[in-house]
Amino acid sequence: MKPGQFSYHAPKTLDEAVTILGTVAGADGRVIAGGQSLVPAMALRLAQPAHLVDINGIAGLDRVFTDGGELVIGACARHAAFERPVIAGPLGILLAAVVQHIAHYPIRTRGTFCGSIAHADPASEWCLVAATLGARMVARSTRGSRSIVEPGFFQGMMATALEPDEMLVETRLPLLAADARCGFNEFNRRAGDFAIAMALATYRLDNNGRIIEPHVGVGAVEGSPRRIAEAEAALAGQQPGTAAFAAAAEAAALAVEPIEENAELAGYKRDVVRAVVGRALEMAEKSQ
Amino acid sequence: MDTPDSPTPPKKRWIGQSVTRLEDLPLVTGRGRYAAAVSFPHQLHMRVVRSNHAHGRIVSIDTSAARAVPGFVAVWTGADVAHIPPIEFRPTKIQGLEHYRQTVLAQETVRYVGEPVAVVFARDPYQAEDAADLVEVEIEPLPVITSALDAPGEFTPGRNTEPVIVRKEFGDLRAAFQSAHAVIELDLRIGRHSGVPMETRGAIGRYDATRDVLELHGATKRPHPNRDMLARLLGRSPSSVHLYECHIGGGFGVRGEIYPEDVLVCAAALKLGRPVKWIEDRRENLMACNHSREQIHHVRVAIDADGRVLALDDEFFHDQGAYVRTHGARVADGTASTLLGPYLVPAFRATGHFRLTNKTPAATYRSPGRFESTFVHERVMDAIAAKLGLDPLEVRRRNLIPHAQMPYERPMTVSGTPVVLDSGDYAAHLDKVLARVGWDALRADVTRRRVAGETVGLGLAYFLEKSGQGPVEGVRLTVDVTGAVELVTGAASLGQGMETVLAQICADGLGVDYRQVRVVHGRTDLIDYGFGANAARVTIMTGSATHIAALKLREKALEVAAADFLEATPEMLDIIDGRIVRKDRPDAPSVTLAQIAKELTPASAVAKGRTPGLTTDGVFECKHESFPFGAHVAVVKVDRATGGVKVERYLASFDIGVAVNPMLVKGQIAGSMVQGLGGALFEEFVYDASGTPLAVTFADYMLPNLSVVPDLEILLTEDAPSPLNPLGLKGGGESGITAVGAVIASAIEDALGLPGVVTQLPVTPQRLKAILNRAR
Amino acid sequence: MSNEMDIVLEVNGTQYPLRVEPRRTLADTLRDQCGLTGTNSGCEHGVCGSCTVLVDDEPVRSCLMFAVQAAGHKIRTVEGLADGERLHPLQQAFIDNHALQCGFCTPGFLMLAVGALEKNPDIGDDELRDVLSSNLCRCTGYQNIVKAVRAAALQMRAQTAGR
Repeated sequence: MKPGQFSYHAPKTLDEAVTILGTVAGADGRVIAGGQSLVPAMALRLAQPAHLVDINGIAGLDRVFTDGGELVIGACARHAAFERPVIAGPLGILLAAVVQHIAHYPIRTRGTFCGSIAHADPASEWCLVAATLGARMVARSTRGSRSIVEPGFFQGMMATALEPDEMLVETRLPLLAADARCGFNEFNRRAGDFAIAMALATYRLDNNGRIIEPHVGVGAVEGSPRRIAEAEAALAGQQPGTAAFAAAAEAAALAVEPIEENAELAGYKRDVVRAVVGRALEMAEKSQ
Repeated sequence: MDTPDSPTPPKKRWIGQSVTRLEDLPLVTGRGRYAAAVSFPHQLHMRVVRSNHAHGRIVSIDTSAARAVPGFVAVWTGADVAHIPPIEFRPTKIQGLEHYRQTVLAQETVRYVGEPVAVVFARDPYQAEDAADLVEVEIEPLPVITSALDAPGEFTPGRNTEPVIVRKEFGDLRAAFQSAHAVIELDLRIGRHSGVPMETRGAIGRYDATRDVLELHGATKRPHPNRDMLARLLGRSPSSVHLYECHIGGGFGVRGEIYPEDVLVCAAALKLGRPVKWIEDRRENLMACNHSREQIHHVRVAIDADGRVLALDDEFFHDQGAYVRTHGARVADGTASTLLGPYLVPAFRATGHFRLTNKTPAATYRSPGRFESTFVHERVMDAIAAKLGLDPLEVRRRNLIPHAQMPYERPMTVSGTPVVLDSGDYAAHLDKVLARVGWDALRADVTRRRVAGETVGLGLAYFLEKSGQGPVEGVRLTVDVTGAVELVTGAASLGQGMETVLAQICADGLGVDYRQVRVVHGRTDLIDYGFGANAARVTIMTGSATHIAALKLREKALEVAAADFLEATPEMLDIIDGRIVRKDRPDAPSVTLAQIAKELTPASAVAKGRTPGLTTDGVFECKHESFPFGAHVAVVKVDRATGGVKVERYLASFDIGVAVNPMLVKGQIAGSMVQGLGGALFEEFVYDASGTPLAVTFADYMLPNLSVVPDLEILLTEDAPSPLNPLGLKGGGESGITAVGAVIASAIEDALGLPGVVTQLPVTPQRLKAILNRAR
Repeated sequence: MSNEMDIVLEVNGTQYPLRVEPRRTLADTLRDQCGLTGTNSGCEHGVCGSCTVLVDDEPVRSCLMFAVQAAGHKIRTVEGLADGERLHPLQQAFIDNHALQCGFCTPGFLMLAVGALEKNPDIGDDELRDVLSSNLCRCTGYQNIVKAVRAAALQMRAQTAGR
């Protein structure tokens, strides 16, 4: 379990990083940030990149700040940065709740938010956050900068809209309204494991106490996490509570298409989707 | 305690004390020396090329690309080691297994994913892996068997994949079933899992031409029998093969057997003339190191109207994997012989189909056969209770072997030896457990919570262990001229604390501080024999030998002190902290063991007609095993929506006879209990239909981490010392694992209120959710 | 193909000038090139935590970091815990509470706990259990590891308060 050979590049600036990536991308060059997913894959020789562009030495990439209506998360912001709310309001609280479910403490000290987004593991909590909230991913290459909005970024298991020569320089999450309710739930067998299924739910209430702007996302079930329109439809205009939540959970369980070929496992995944969606909604209800 | 050959009874000062371990200082300071830390100048690194087919014929092996890798030194395929005989198994009365042994590299056929097909030697482990990746093996697939329930297939022409059917039988089975009040039938499955120590295997072979000695470093568990086997396989004399044990990162049954890689590093060291080091990686470990446990049982039980078992008839299918390894059919045999646990059963039949499949070969894992058989007999007890509407505790009480019948001989033999349960009041122990855990209050609380809507359950499982496999063990004990004590044993240390325990026993026998005793183990060049550290035998066998040696040495020291120094008779003397004193006048002149040792240096000893050296051997022989026992109680909560199980409370009890170091025994119980939790809820080597293993990383093979482990309560009792050895010892190595699968199943079933639905371990969330969905 | 690089690793306050291939993990480099074999490799894919060391006082899996990435950072391993003959409170607590058996996972648990306790000496019980769930032990059943870390935390707090 020893990684294969590669050439190592440690740029000091973003420009330099993008330039190097531009030259090595065609020769299987990849960006490494925390490396907490990439290095195990290299140890198992499932990944054998010829070049690694290490962005850890670039100053300022670990910044997390608000810009307009968005929370901007730099390419090297570690998971651990979110353990205390990074911003006042529901989004900071939500991210702090979610991060507790990401692997283990020594992984969180090293792994990065953007690394998870670029890696696009179906069971990544951050990918679910990005998908459910509609994140904007900013990619840079020698050809320039562009934004890729989700949906549209995640393209199946470990696949994204990033070109090989593009580096994900930041993820921008839309801020949640001060009165937004949000909840997250995942089911796994041991703390720190990849989830069997996970759900993220946010909504607001109108003046009559009815649900508006529902977002319900499910991860770890399909190739990419995504919002489940059927579940959201079951919530919109309803009073929050057991009946609406159960309807949304049932709708989500029916709507998902588990990637498992094994029918029993796929059926089980639907059961767990039902559970986690319901629980995420219950947590959301209690969040304000 | 006292024995006739001891002039003064040594006081029990160290035995029974929870002293800290002698082993710990190097281990907490980073000075542990596990196999990966053993290196020799100019060593080569070996990397194994493994089959990625579960069954097939080797068509070709192309090594040309591997040879071009920098650092490459050599590559071997089956043809290069065709002269090495297949790996042997322990002597057994079971006939016909020899045709099913594994060669060190596959010759023409591969039979499991992970089977060694070739080995590459290179100057560096990274380079070795680079080269091994480039060895191209072409395999023509053959039909795959992945279940012991499948009809046996062809192993080699004329031999099928069921080498033997293990049979045990006594009593009038037919009459029992005919007269039965009711008959219960259960289909039960135990999942494939194993020991999985935190340290992977490692082996370093080295040939020293100056001494004509072949060395194997990284040995453990059974250094002497392994030395003898290696010598036979490589055509050397045993005295020219030396095995060395270093620190060992856990054994649990799987580590320390002779595997292909051990033979290969030795053969390569001889052939290539350089030390050869192999460190297993975790992926290899999960598909090449012994698996265990996988069995399917069809059990029928005849009962009377009171819930007493009249007869038990069990047909089971043991999934041995691809080859017969070092244990032969022992696990199947041991399962059959322990199916009745602590219960009195007049008629019995076990029919164990020992079948080969295209999976990793299997052998022993902590509590081999008993984890499986305890799951069976405890599921039976719960089923009887459900059938008759009785309290499960009452059913167990009615069937436990009464204390009055101890020692109790079962009308059967294992490996030709009768099964005699040596001591124990099983029912009284059950009462102690119930009192400790507050059973009635717990039952009431669980009932109250269930009424309130929680899916919570309470279970109990009783188990009988066994320990102290003979036949013999010995130590050599020496006091040097500084008073330091060296105890040399042929036993091995796998991290269980044997050095400390032996030092405590020695300290009491001899009259020294246990910290004065240095225990040397796992060195075949320092002692001629040893039967190893397995089957919970070290404390009993080596401990008893230590006790005997310490008393002999004490006698010798007292004799010299009395005659040469203190003008007394030995009976008047005692040894306290290494100093020989007059019992009646402790302040009178005394003499140290160091002075006695000096007095016994060869010249002065011989001058006085004595045997030189303050040194002696101690030998303990015991043909029968001892049988510790205990019970587990668990409270679990089931998540109906996901099938998840949370263990809320857990009590493990164990009667060990005599605990040399209660802290260490409790450590054994806690550790083995959590391993059991793995087999009950988490760990499983899953295969797909093509025989490809799906659990080859720690993401998929799930060892329990702290998040799933409850605070563990331990009840350690010493009510039933064994009559079979001088100190009354029983073994604690397997103490906490035996009943975990059984009690978790029992508690889950109680939570669901659905008798008989939990039939398969591990109880994964998916399986449990399927049970819940079916019951809707 | 040789693409070795010259780096300097600072481990336990000592500078180690090394020539390494970029692919060498920090764990292997500490063991094979610095001779610091106290850091054990149990899985090499970041799950078991046996190889946990501190990098700039944060616990990390040294099998998931390349040595070239660690250059310029302050690395601490189990060999640096004791002050001469005087054991670190966690080391002593592990002995006193029988928190190790085979000892293979022990250096990883020690460094994990040191990192967590230095950062938050008042760590709560739930958080402590969450932290200690990061690493795997196959011998102890974790009971005594939890006990030992709690005991050491008390002592470390007392020491801090006493200063």
